[in-house]
Amino acid sequence: MTDTLERLQPQEVPAPTKPKRIALIASKGTLDQAYPPLILATTAASLGWEAGIFFTFYGLDILHQDRFEKLKVASLANPAGPIQLPNILGALPGATAAATAMMKKWMNAANMPSVPEFIEMTQGLGVRFFACSTTMGVMGVEEGDLIKGAEIAGAAAFLDYAAEADIQLFI
Amino acid sequence: MTTKYDIPIGEVKVDAELDTSGLLCPLPVYKASIALGQLSPGQVLHLISTDPGSLEDIPALTRQLGDTLLGVEVLEDRQLFWIEKGDRP
Repeated sequence: MTDTLERLQPQEVPAPTKPKRIALIASKGTLDQAYPPLILATTAASLGWEAGIFFTFYGLDILHQDRFEKLKVASLANPAGPIQLPNILGALPGATAAATAMMKKWMNAANMPSVPEFIEMTQGLGVRFFACSTTMGVMGVEEGDLIKGAEIAGAAAFLDYAAEADIQLFI
Repeated sequence: MTTKYDIPIGEVKVDAELDTSGLLCPLPVYKASIALGQLSPGQVLHLISTDPGSLEDIPALTRQLGDTLLGVEVLEDRQLFWIEKGDRP
């Protein structure tokens, strides 16, 4: 009897679903801070979501063809950095290079892709890259300096994209 | 060793295998998603991961994609997953 009643219940018809969307802002241009937006976007796209990243201010370096392979880890004012030094020694010549080399070594040992490799992965998944047009103007970055596929956009265009997103994060 | 079987896993016909040993988040999820994309609905992916996060990540992946996690086996050094692709492209 219960079975029959259950069968008579109206079947739940899944509504035509819009894919979920995540909108990220990447505002920092250090190696360690380049990873979180790329990891989240890769993951979101792997889950079948739409994902877009707005690269602004120093974050624009992540899209810069000549700079994205040379992002660095700050050794000064970074107490959690890979090299544990008294903070003042972080200002010494070579300290930033050493901290950067250490981070790259860790990433490599953990089989983590490099930033350029991550960019390629995310682009293969259809993640959208928005390059902040104001940052380009302020910092003298030309369209040809950016990796292929970057879309030049202002804040309004990004907010228009983000307004339809389920998750928005500033990194 | 903890084992959780929703169905007798030994009887599941596996259509594709993916070993992500040594890789960390997001790579097991990324590679599993691509591998599932190459399967047809109803086919099964057998996934191996050594990332401890996968125990939460892979159920999240299948939930979000609309696929079915048929079973999980947690070994000392790795986790095994059997994922059936849902009705999607």
